Amino acid sequence: MKIDDGVLLTLAIQFAVMALLAFGGANAVVPEMHRQAVEMRGWMDERQFADMFAISQAAPGPNVMIVALIGYHVAGFLGALVTTLAMCGPTAVLAAVLSNFWDRFRDAPWRVAVQAGLVPISVGLVGASAIVLTGVADRSPVAIAITVATAAAAYWTRWNPLWLIGIASLAGLAGLI
Amino acid sequence: MSDLAAAPPSPVPPPPVPSHAELFIAFFRITLSGFGGTLPWTRRMFVEEKRWMTADEFNDAFALCQFLPGPNIVNLTMIFGTRMRGATGALACWAGFLVLPFTLMVTVGAIYARFGDVDALRRVLVGIAAAAAGLLISTVVKMALPLVKTFGPAPFVFAATALAIGAMRWPLLPVLAVLVPISIALSFWVRR
Repeated sequence: MKIDDGVLLTLAIQFAVMALLAFGGANAVVPEMHRQAVEMRGWMDERQFADMFAISQAAPGPNVMIVALIGYHVAGFLGALVTTLAMCGPTAVLAAVLSNFWDRFRDAPWRVAVQAGLVPISVGLVGASAIVLTGVADRSPVAIAITVATAAAAYWTRWNPLWLIGIASLAGLAGLI
Repeated sequence: MSDLAAAPPSPVPPPPVPSHAELFIAFFRITLSGFGGTLPWTRRMFVEEKRWMTADEFNDAFALCQFLPGPNIVNLTMIFGTRMRGATGALACWAGFLVLPFTLMVTVGAIYARFGDVDALRRVLVGIAAAAAGLLISTVVKMALPLVKTFGPAPFVFAATALAIGAMRWPLLPVLAVLVPISIALSFWVRR
């Protein structure tokens, strides 16, 4: 497979910009990934996107690794490398630089206000991810039921989420969904 | 030895500053045990096992990471590495944390490219996707409830963000360019 440099550059820019807007972590920008990869650029279809999200949530390691799957799908190993570096590099350097600065203004009123102002934004972004992914993943009544049951179990019990994912994957394998 | 009884109950000496190799290995080990999220394991190793940070220091650093853009725990690796060993220490932590998950994902990506259309795998993934959406919903509810209980602009900013991105499917950059300044201004104004 011949990958032209244009694709790698596009991946690098898109994911670096996305990371800088990812208030609330990687899950906050899942709708933007979906918008760009599925709707704008046609890199993959809805089903493939849902698959990649599912894999990234079930696999060990940080959720942000969905970007490596997307990168691999678009441009092979180099694509995965580029998306991972773009998503995990610049913001981590920024965090390390800001960390000392931030500590110095621990009690400054503007810092408290900025922090408090960003919290509802980041929660809202993760809320948007939940809306988008529910739309992508829940294509049948049984799938909807599994989503509702998992949400309820994760909210009211302290079961390890892996059990819930395991039960759902068995239900899928058995052809129930 | 006579003054031993008068000494304060065993003040624990601060652990030595870890080497670059120790930093790399520590984060590598965290990702080995990282099923179901890496945060609990990170905290356990830093605070309880190695005592490289106190519980308060860890909470402070993590709060900063949650509030800054980007993948939270990846950011935390660099903040921590910088504090321990400067820029090269940051690189050691960061690389230790990413090398295994990256390798795993490239492997899985290759398998998916080859077998993604196999019927049994398709059915399993459909089930996992439905459950993963449910887990995300429960996370959002847990995060949003404290906001809704506060009287102020927070619930409205939360709803506006979720609807603009999730329901309207507007692009992220312009939405945040409008909502972030508004939210910070409201937060200032409420606090005056």
